Amino acid sequence: MRLPALALAVLMTATPALAVLPGERLSDPRLEERARALSKDLRCMVCQNQAIDDSDAPLARDLRVLVRERLTAGDSDRQVIDFLVARYGEFVLLRPRFGWHTAVLWIAPLVFLLAGIAYLLVVVRRRRVAVVTAPLPLTDEEKARLEAALKP
Amino acid sequence: MMSPEVGHFALVLALALALVQSVVPIWGARRGDAALMATASPVALGQFAFVTLSFVVLTYAYLVSDFSVENVFQNSHSTKPLIYKISGVWGNHEGSMVLWVVILTLFSALVAVFGRNLPLTLKANVLAVQGWITVAFLLFILKTSNPFARITPAPMEGRDLNPLLQDIGLAIHPPLLYVGYVGFSMSFAFAVAALIDGKLDAAWARWVRPWTLVAWIFLTAGISMGSYWAYYELGWGGWWFWDPVENASLMPWLAGTALLHSAIVMEKREALKVWTVLLAILTFSLSLLGTFLVRSGVLTSVHAFAVDPERGVFILAILVVFIGGSLALYAWRAPTLKQGGLFAPVSREGALVLNNLFLTASCAAVFIGTLYPLALETLTGAKISVGPPFFNWTFGPLMVPLMIAMVFGPFLAWKRGDLAAVAQRLTLAFAAAILATLATYAVTTGGPVLAPLFVGLAFYVIVGAILDIAERIQLFRAPAATSLARARGLPRAAWGAAIAHAGVGVMLLGIVGETAYKQETIVQMRPGESIAVAGYDITLQGLVPVEGPNYRDLVARLTVREGGVDAGTLEPAKRVYTARAMPTTEAALKTRGMSQLYVSPGDPGTDGSIALRFFYKPMVLLIWIGTLVMMFGGLLSLSDRRLRVGAPKPSARRVAAAVQPAE
Repeated sequence: MRLPALALAVLMTATPALAVLPGERLSDPRLEERARALSKDLRCMVCQNQAIDDSDAPLARDLRVLVRERLTAGDSDRQVIDFLVARYGEFVLLRPRFGWHTAVLWIAPLVFLLAGIAYLLVVVRRRRVAVVTAPLPLTDEEKARLEAALKP
Repeated sequence: MMSPEVGHFALVLALALALVQSVVPIWGARRGDAALMATASPVALGQFAFVTLSFVVLTYAYLVSDFSVENVFQNSHSTKPLIYKISGVWGNHEGSMVLWVVILTLFSALVAVFGRNLPLTLKANVLAVQGWITVAFLLFILKTSNPFARITPAPMEGRDLNPLLQDIGLAIHPPLLYVGYVGFSMSFAFAVAALIDGKLDAAWARWVRPWTLVAWIFLTAGISMGSYWAYYELGWGGWWFWDPVENASLMPWLAGTALLHSAIVMEKREALKVWTVLLAILTFSLSLLGTFLVRSGVLTSVHAFAVDPERGVFILAILVVFIGGSLALYAWRAPTLKQGGLFAPVSREGALVLNNLFLTASCAAVFIGTLYPLALETLTGAKISVGPPFFNWTFGPLMVPLMIAMVFGPFLAWKRGDLAAVAQRLTLAFAAAILATLATYAVTTGGPVLAPLFVGLAFYVIVGAILDIAERIQLFRAPAATSLARARGLPRAAWGAAIAHAGVGVMLLGIVGETAYKQETIVQMRPGESIAVAGYDITLQGLVPVEGPNYRDLVARLTVREGGVDAGTLEPAKRVYTARAMPTTEAALKTRGMSQLYVSPGDPGTDGSIALRFFYKPMVLLIWIGTLVMMFGGLLSLSDRRLRVGAPKPSARRVAAAVQPAE
């Protein structure tokens, strides 16, 4: 079932090249490492759900070069991200920013889990109460009296 | 005889039969009329025959390259190898929907044939519900996706199948996945039938479990196969992309796994009835949702969906009717179902509840991550991406407690367990985990700080599963002969569960190895140049053009030496499929133990050089071997006497074996 989307992803890459070409890399290994880390969270916008780090598309290559240019110019990671978001919109981020419009997205899994736990705790408590308030079995003495009373 | 119109007509006849199956048996069940109920079986078999005929006719059109059929024209080519002519049948929208219905009617036919021991009303209701689904999908095909439409004049040559799909992995991936998806329709039909009847007992769970297990095994196989295909075919070495299409298959898998476990509680202890029914409904609903996501085009673009909404709206309607209808029925009827067996929080049941909680929570995380961008864009027009980082942050943490708990579960007693005692019996598993963690810290350099802990977790899961079996057969505590006899007498379901759990650990080991310790080297190489990667010395001998049956390759011929010894060649290639002039990347792989060297070629330079991307992926094969182990566990469990379809009563041998303590 995944095939159409992934096929599409590759179909859209008109001139295939290799993701992260040797020529693109920065000579400073620390900067290059930061560039790689950043490009794993940035989306190749003409691809289906692919990071620019992996993509063959020309746009992805442009973005990779752009990220490296900004880093070389002395930008912090934060600044690079802000720059790209200002230019391409939040669509470029594979990890959506936390904000009013993504609050539900980020919080929902946790809320779901906590709600489940809370529900289970309530059930457990209710059952315990049910056990406590259940009629106690008769004591031996009571049984004897009952039997005596029932005897014709 | 094999004219495409025959196939079309067969679909219409199948629809007529499906309508009969939707109404008559259930009417008979309401009136207690055995004759009406008995119509279900032959009608189901007839439907299967007609749908299969239609599928065969379509396949025949592909085999003889009948390009007057538009579907064949669009997706086939006369020079295409035979196997891809066949797989091309389901490599497109219309054909894949026909395959969907073939499998759906196959399941109905199986119920008709093997369901002799089912109570008559249950069988009639189940088949009627299956009939509803069949009607919906046959209508969908006939109204919006007719695979037999003709074009005149017939073109001389077809457009060929998308080259990416011309691969053996992709040839068998969709059928596997569909058997999984559609298999969950059985659990759904049983759930709805039980709600209609208001009757739900342990026997019901025993009937539902084998069907769920079959679907689960196939879905596991389908997802795993798809993942391996993406790994070697897409050419950038990833094995899971959190792509919406992948998520669409993962969601029913997660819910289905939860269903398998809750059905155990229901069968053994008559508890969690209402929940199990809900899970059965949800699991198939997620299968339908997966079909909708992939088939409606809504994933590519919300706008594309709005512009050409015919198919999308039809599937959406199916979705609303079936999911809404079954949930409404559930809300109305579920309160009438009696809850059974009480249990303490710390017990086998409690552990399985925990399993269900985490599996459904992780399923919810995948669900919201997949659909949120669609919802947000539809409501506000804002476009956001939800990619792997989101899922790694939400899905990942939910899996950890699940894996910790899954080792405890099988050791806990039903009704009331003793956590401290179980922890004591798991000493070896904890020791293995600590040892593995420390060993990983000592051996590896670099890699994420947490990675060794996950290696430890994997060993804990695997050793825990082994201990589970060792405990049951009293290995080393009883004489060897006794242990052997116990091992033989142990129900296959117990073996299956332990093996499947061990498979999860194996898979985790592969995932950690691949994600945390992979090495990557990217170089521009000229012929004659060498490079060292992960203990291999690799030399580029040259770039060689090669002609294939329907493609042209530019092969980068690499020789590999390991420790000075010749270790074979690697031949990654840039491939162009001639019919569509479409380029693809053919990665080359070299396997060492469970690890792989992965080479992906880039474009050749003007100076005779080529860019090459080398990955060394330690333990990567364990990812798929783990899923195979899980499937094997499922198969063993399926072969358990108790679960055998049509054998609801324990056999004499089982009764004799039951002398040993209850599991």
